[in-house]
Amino acid sequence: MQRVYKKCFITVGTTQFNLLCEYIQTPPILKALKKLGCTEITFQIGNSNCEPKVYEKEGIKLDLYRFKDSLDEDIKNADLIISHAGAGSCLEALNANKPLLVVVNEDLMDNHQMELAEQLQVDGHLYYCTCDTLESTLETVDFNWLSPFPKPNPSAFISYLDDIFKVAVNT
Amino acid sequence: MGIIISTITLIILLFMVRVFYLMFNVFTGKCGISSKNRTLKTIFCIGSGGHTSEMIRIISHINLKKYEPRLYILADNDSSSEYKVKEAEKENVFMIHRIPRSRNVKQSYVSSIFTTINATLHTLPLICHFKPEVIFCNGPGTCIPVCLVAFLLRCLFILDCRIVFIESVCRVRTLSLSGKILQFFADVFVIQWPELRHACIRAKYFGRLT
Repeated sequence: MQRVYKKCFITVGTTQFNLLCEYIQTPPILKALKKLGCTEITFQIGNSNCEPKVYEKEGIKLDLYRFKDSLDEDIKNADLIISHAGAGSCLEALNANKPLLVVVNEDLMDNHQMELAEQLQVDGHLYYCTCDTLESTLETVDFNWLSPFPKPNPSAFISYLDDIFKVAVNT
Repeated sequence: MGIIISTITLIILLFMVRVFYLMFNVFTGKCGISSKNRTLKTIFCIGSGGHTSEMIRIISHINLKKYEPRLYILADNDSSSEYKVKEAEKENVFMIHRIPRSRNVKQSYVSSIFTTINATLHTLPLICHFKPEVIFCNGPGTCIPVCLVAFLLRCLFILDCRIVFIESVCRVRTLSLSGKILQFFADVFVIQWPELRHACIRAKYFGRLT
């Protein structure tokens, strides 16, 4: 059975990602999202050059806003997350166990954050594309194939620290 | 005149021996510390943005009772990190100190030498006064001057402290600039991706921490 991704959350963090803002609101991308079952888009646009607004297009409700204190709620409510390649945004989406598509901002080509997105795609935790391939990616990829992201485990590190940093025993 | 020159040469030579001795310890993993006190005076170098969030998550797993008193060093133009630190520490007692940033995003390497020197001069009295036993850091902004000062003071027997550097989780195949420098000085150098081993001289890998 085809999974339906009703609520889509898009986030660019604190960056400026004008091209993505523009592309998302074009009919081909909206149609591609609609094919996946999308009826609502919540779009955190950060510092991008477009106006925050709420409106409807191609039968999809769009809600564009700049910033919120916490994106946790929007991430929790989403069925599909589209994010910029920022490590924070990627890891938050993956830790919430949501299907994730990363759109790389090619204006930030020296950005080392690409490294993480690439590796996470190799490991099968997310897909990534550029604005130009966004439409075809949405049409071809199957988010069911993504594997869950393992939880971080700092316990080995913490016990190593306890091992090497000794304090006087409480007498 | 000859005596002065030979004395200076001797001092420089002894200092070099000390530097190499400490670096030898760092490389052979002699990084333990046994404090006479019940707690370890600790500095957390807070970077910015994602690095701050990462550090805060790591701190949340650490047994904070062991690392007291705690001093957080922030960059002076970093507005959001203080809120994150306060939120993580809640009712606990801790200190915050701000220093000038050693390198801003996209700043050239040459001019960053001067800003780093400026930041180092601000850091010196702070470290001398606080006398940390452990320094935790994970990247840009504040960690280079703090670690540099701490290492130099350790060379001069003024300070006995250990540096723990945790490379950011977003570094999969290449080290950050801070990482490239601190792999020579940090007593504990931690990476979060096994592939990164090929990019550095020495590192410890405990799996992903955040």
